[in-house]
Amino acid sequence: MVEAMGQRRRLGVAAWTGGAIAALVLLVGAVSLVWTPHDPAVMDVANKLSGPSWSHPLGTDHFGRDTLSQLMVGARVSIAVSLVAVGLGVGLGVPLGLLAAARAGWIDEAVMRFNDLAFAFPALLTAVLITALLGPGAINAILAIGIFNIPVFARVARGAALALWTRPFIQAARLAGRGRTRISIEHILPNIAGALIVQGTIQFALAVLAEAGLSYLGLGSQPPEVSWGRMLNEAQTFLFLDPRLAILPGLAIVVTVLGLNLLGDGLRDRLDPRLEPRRGGR
Amino acid sequence: MILPFVRHRARHLSIAVVVLATLAAASLPSQSGRAAPPDALVMGMVLEPPHLDPTAGAAGAIDEVVYANVFEGLTRIGPDGSVEPALARSWEVSDDGLVYRFTLRRDVMFHDGTAFTADDAVFSLQRIADEDSVNAQKGLYAAIDSVAALDGYTLVVELKHPDGRFLFNLGWGDAVMVAPETADDNKTNPIGTGPFRFVRWIQGDRVELEAYPDYWGPKPALARATFRFIPDPAASMAALMAGDVDAYPNVPAPEALDSFKADDRFTVEIGTTEGETILSLNHRRAPLDDVRVRRAISHALDRRAIVDGAMFGYGTPIGSHFAPHHPAYVDLTGMYPHDPEAAKALLAEAGIAPGDLSLTLHLPPPSYARRGGEIVAAQLAEVGIKVEIIPVEWAQWLEQVFRGHDFDMTIVSHTEPLDIDIYARDDYYFGYDNPAFDAVIDRLQGTADPEARADLYREAQTILAEDAVNGFLFQLAKHGVWDARLRGLWENSPIQANDITGVSWGE
Repeated sequence: MVEAMGQRRRLGVAAWTGGAIAALVLLVGAVSLVWTPHDPAVMDVANKLSGPSWSHPLGTDHFGRDTLSQLMVGARVSIAVSLVAVGLGVGLGVPLGLLAAARAGWIDEAVMRFNDLAFAFPALLTAVLITALLGPGAINAILAIGIFNIPVFARVARGAALALWTRPFIQAARLAGRGRTRISIEHILPNIAGALIVQGTIQFALAVLAEAGLSYLGLGSQPPEVSWGRMLNEAQTFLFLDPRLAILPGLAIVVTVLGLNLLGDGLRDRLDPRLEPRRGGR
Repeated sequence: MILPFVRHRARHLSIAVVVLATLAAASLPSQSGRAAPPDALVMGMVLEPPHLDPTAGAAGAIDEVVYANVFEGLTRIGPDGSVEPALARSWEVSDDGLVYRFTLRRDVMFHDGTAFTADDAVFSLQRIADEDSVNAQKGLYAAIDSVAALDGYTLVVELKHPDGRFLFNLGWGDAVMVAPETADDNKTNPIGTGPFRFVRWIQGDRVELEAYPDYWGPKPALARATFRFIPDPAASMAALMAGDVDAYPNVPAPEALDSFKADDRFTVEIGTTEGETILSLNHRRAPLDDVRVRRAISHALDRRAIVDGAMFGYGTPIGSHFAPHHPAYVDLTGMYPHDPEAAKALLAEAGIAPGDLSLTLHLPPPSYARRGGEIVAAQLAEVGIKVEIIPVEWAQWLEQVFRGHDFDMTIVSHTEPLDIDIYARDDYYFGYDNPAFDAVIDRLQGTADPEARADLYREAQTILAEDAVNGFLFQLAKHGVWDARLRGLWENSPIQANDITGVSWGE
């Protein structure tokens, strides 16, 4: 199916650019697991706020920590938090959406009205509330961001699945005596994967932003853990002294989110079934 | 027929409003550039007081709003740390130093319109020692044996033993004069005798004061004063730059001082405070009750790096709990120099393998704590002590750490003057207990001779350093920034206070 579509639509420049950026961020985060130019937590106060040099390509922060190393580890933290948060949304949201589409009736009503309820809360504000209640920290930030991904994926999964349930090949499977659960897993899920991937990419970008936002407010990962958002926060009072400290993590966030959004849009053009209304079954 | 007309007019109206608002906004900065009219002052503070009764709390932020402004004591502490008369016009001390006879001012009114008499003074001093007293500095007034009013304006205080600092202690915010009728409500509606009376407190934002017309002393130049609480360093800087705040007696962002120095709209004053900034260790918890572990922590600390990294070099490293600008100061910073190897050896001696010791570090909001804490955590990590940083709000710190004793380590600045006696207190938050030290403080309290007192202070400092009671970090500097046209703000902080009684706008 994917191959058939690939013949009709190619990934655009934007998608390639976005993909390249996302891959780069992933690579940087992966590299930081095994190597960074310096230990990002080691302070060298005598060398604080030094500009770019051979040993510190992007300079040092107000504690003399290496900015490049911090950005690299920040990428990893950002990806890890977002990945788990989106994973939480997919893991709980998609089954809920599939269930709603398969069962219809009061289950559908219950799941979707609960969804509406969740959508009625301003996501980031509630995330702030959750982290304020549970205490700041990376795990709670993941929970807070993840919870608001559940209804998003539930809705996308249900919408795409409902359209499929009327298709002849699903009807055929029904007539062949397959159960609703099995059909959902074997036939519906593979066919809505495209929509989920697109949504996942976009949610990933939002999660990166949300993580940075929470950390900026001091509610995300705590020192000595590194986070782009907290780097931004700490750089605030140094804006006039050394704007580099704010510009670099800010740029990292912007570029990452832009890359993920470009990728998401590009993938949508190619994968989203809603843009392909006359596509045949398998 | 009417509807379109109304809508039409409404649109005109809204356009007019927008234009007016824009004009107003555009013309505001050029009008004055200061936050308030010439007889008003907006002062910025990092911490919000938990309440406004200086006789019922240890938080310095209370005094930093109400001391000398709203409440006055029999004596007061001047900008240079000297004792000055306040509600007591004069006093005589008996030759044996045991009987103090105060002559009170006759024209003093409380803000509720009642007169201040010797009976109020008796009440104010007696309640400090009451059974249910919540005074945070009871120890300072423990020498008081009896208080009596001879007549309406003469007060006699008898002491159990001579106390060389009694007049100074009476000048603290903890001994201010209150009226029996209003004392219970002072936390939310402070009624004092000072030149300013309390107007309102918008929690989380500001406390407003206004000049009290019936004040007994010289009228203050300011008619109104607002204390705004802005914990965030970046926001505080922005507020100063924008003119939303006229003065910050202590800016939380020392790195910004250079840019304020370069700007002639501002005056920057670097002064001293009585704030010993320490890494407090909870002696109730193992293994912090082991002096070897505490000494290891002291060896692990690089005070210079902490001062440079957290305070941008503003601050003096200390080796015990004593202010370097005091004559009796002993420099004990050399007792445990920065030496990670010695620290590791001491930990090994105490039976702690590298990475085995894991401690929490509660950090209140001030930047000396938050930033200092990050550096301390990194330095302790170097010697194999794992540190979990827990940022807490000020109220939570007071509740959990200071009163609840639920912490391993914390960083806080003790800004009371000459407060080394806190180490002799029974149930103080870090839980230090050393009878030898208590004996020194006991002798100190019975000694009036300045030279003998200085010797005892030196002895006390040395005991604390030898016991490595806490990680002694640095003496907090006072980095004040204010509008260059302001006159009369204190350069140093000999006591917790933001005395605005002498503040005026010059040109």
